[in-house]
Amino acid sequence: MIRLVTEPFEPGAELTAFCAGRRESGAVASFVGIARADAGQTTALELEAYPGFTEAEIGKMVAEATKRFGLHDALVVHRHGAIAPGEPIVLVATASAHRREAFEACDYLMDYLKSRAPFWKKEHGPAGARWVEPTARDLDDIARWD
Amino acid sequence: MRVLLFGRLGDLAGWRERAFDPAPATLSALKALIATGDAALGAALDGPGVRAAVDRAIVRGEAALSPASEVAFLPPMSGG
Repeated sequence: MIRLVTEPFEPGAELTAFCAGRRESGAVASFVGIARADAGQTTALELEAYPGFTEAEIGKMVAEATKRFGLHDALVVHRHGAIAPGEPIVLVATASAHRREAFEACDYLMDYLKSRAPFWKKEHGPAGARWVEPTARDLDDIARWD
Repeated sequence: MRVLLFGRLGDLAGWRERAFDPAPATLSALKALIATGDAALGAALDGPGVRAAVDRAIVRGEAALSPASEVAFLPPMSGG
């Protein structure tokens, strides 16, 4: 399931709901991305999405991960709009029969979300605002899966 | 035709959504029209990593447009 939200969400509650009722998935892996303060250099994040298109593109990534890693299920919750330091931005959870596939699929989905999901991120700080684009490290991370 | 700009392109242009009537017949004609009114934006649309989507599907190269089209210009993406 893919959800874009504009209000803060509770990762623990999301994960509890995602785990509930599973009898055949022996493994659930999860990742929570949190907005960093960068020692005061970032006072707020602003994430822009393209409603409709963003969910559809993430849906393609999830379908690809499901096929590649044999997932039973996956959850992506992603904030957009204004986000304060300390607030969760993204939750990815993956369910599979055994742990390795769940861990790898979670890592894969995060690498894709960082540099291929249709979001545009602006950092606001004392020195002004700047648009963040994928770093060399983000591009190296995604290249691991080719 | 609805044209959407995202990320730094919206800041550069000073708008994020605009209707074009009459609608240009092709993506290249739309870009040429935008460049006529705003040369810096026109150059940015052809800049590195900027992609276009027509009716929410990424297009490469040229695309035919109609008055009902929704065209979006997408700079490099960064989620998470």
